[in-house]
Amino acid sequence: MARPVQYNVKNEGGKAIHMVAPPEGHTGEGFFTTKLSDVVGLARKNSLWPLPFATSCCGIEFMATMGAHYDLARFGAERVGFSPRQCDLLMVMGTIAKKMGPVLRQVYLQMAEPRWVLSMGACASSGGIFDTYSVLQGIDQIIPVDVYIPGCPPRPEAVLDGFMKIQELVGKESIRRRNGEQYKQLMESYGIQ
Amino acid sequence: MLGLANGYRLTANSSEMALTNETIQERLIAKFGDLVTNFEAPYGMLCFEAPKDQNLKLLQFLYDDPELRFQFLTTLCAVHYPQQKGRELAVVYHLHNLQDNVRIRFKVFTDITTPDIFTATNLYAAANWMERETYDFFGVNFIGHPNLKRILNVDEMDYFPMRKEFPLEDGTRIDKDDAMFGR
Repeated sequence: MARPVQYNVKNEGGKAIHMVAPPEGHTGEGFFTTKLSDVVGLARKNSLWPLPFATSCCGIEFMATMGAHYDLARFGAERVGFSPRQCDLLMVMGTIAKKMGPVLRQVYLQMAEPRWVLSMGACASSGGIFDTYSVLQGIDQIIPVDVYIPGCPPRPEAVLDGFMKIQELVGKESIRRRNGEQYKQLMESYGIQ
Repeated sequence: MLGLANGYRLTANSSEMALTNETIQERLIAKFGDLVTNFEAPYGMLCFEAPKDQNLKLLQFLYDDPELRFQFLTTLCAVHYPQQKGRELAVVYHLHNLQDNVRIRFKVFTDITTPDIFTATNLYAAANWMERETYDFFGVNFIGHPNLKRILNVDEMDYFPMRKEFPLEDGTRIDKDDAMFGR
């Protein structure tokens, strides 16, 4: 006889299933109070929609990360969008030529706030081995970057680690941050209003 | 299939009919005399040189001549020879006679201070993008080209990156030290 669903959900062979912990708050009988930014952060960080901007071998590693073995879906990010309007996280993976720079910037500008940027691999982060006239020496010359993943290319574990770093940032971000003076200054330093 | 294979062998065997490097050289000298120089045939591929103002006349002759029929421009590029004063830039045309399957190389040299060469776009449509690329990387100014602007590099670039006038790397750079990238 098949075992009940409850068995799998509650204790798979006696193991406790890891659930995301509730944010800090005050619990009473039939109610729970917490900060709005914590709830929003919790929701955002576990349902990020990545926009893969894959230009070379790092993109291949990302495909492995998306696959069943490493499975980015475990982090609530299996819904890869190819429309910047709908995505929260721009994942730049691979060499960005100077001629590609304005394209990347345009994609970033088309994303709605709040938006995060992950720079994967040596090339996207610093130009990598392509220390040459045609390659952008790091995407942070044209758009702000939240997390850099080192490696050439990084292994899927490193991508997952970088993604979890992004989740950490997203979960802790104040909902007012994007209206703040500091954020405005950061955008202005890139010439973005 | 058998008929095709036999037919191919017949063509390949009729060597007395095939266009040889000697024939090409003779015809060129008969037409242009001393203007065509430096004939050589590295790895069996005929290669020669002409003054840069003669490039169109030569290409036209190679194209139109009923025996030569070099009607396919395989590729076109430039080479920078910084030591050869007054003839620093070479523009090299690779031409192909598709009927006889013969290839040749044709070079013109120019001073880097006046890198003006007549465009081959009116003869070979394929030259359009190739000349744009050659302009992009070597700064050869193709006179008469319909749209001579950069094709691969960013438009803002104010130098010609494939010219041999840049140091390989500044040894005093500190933005990327030896600890990174195994230098």
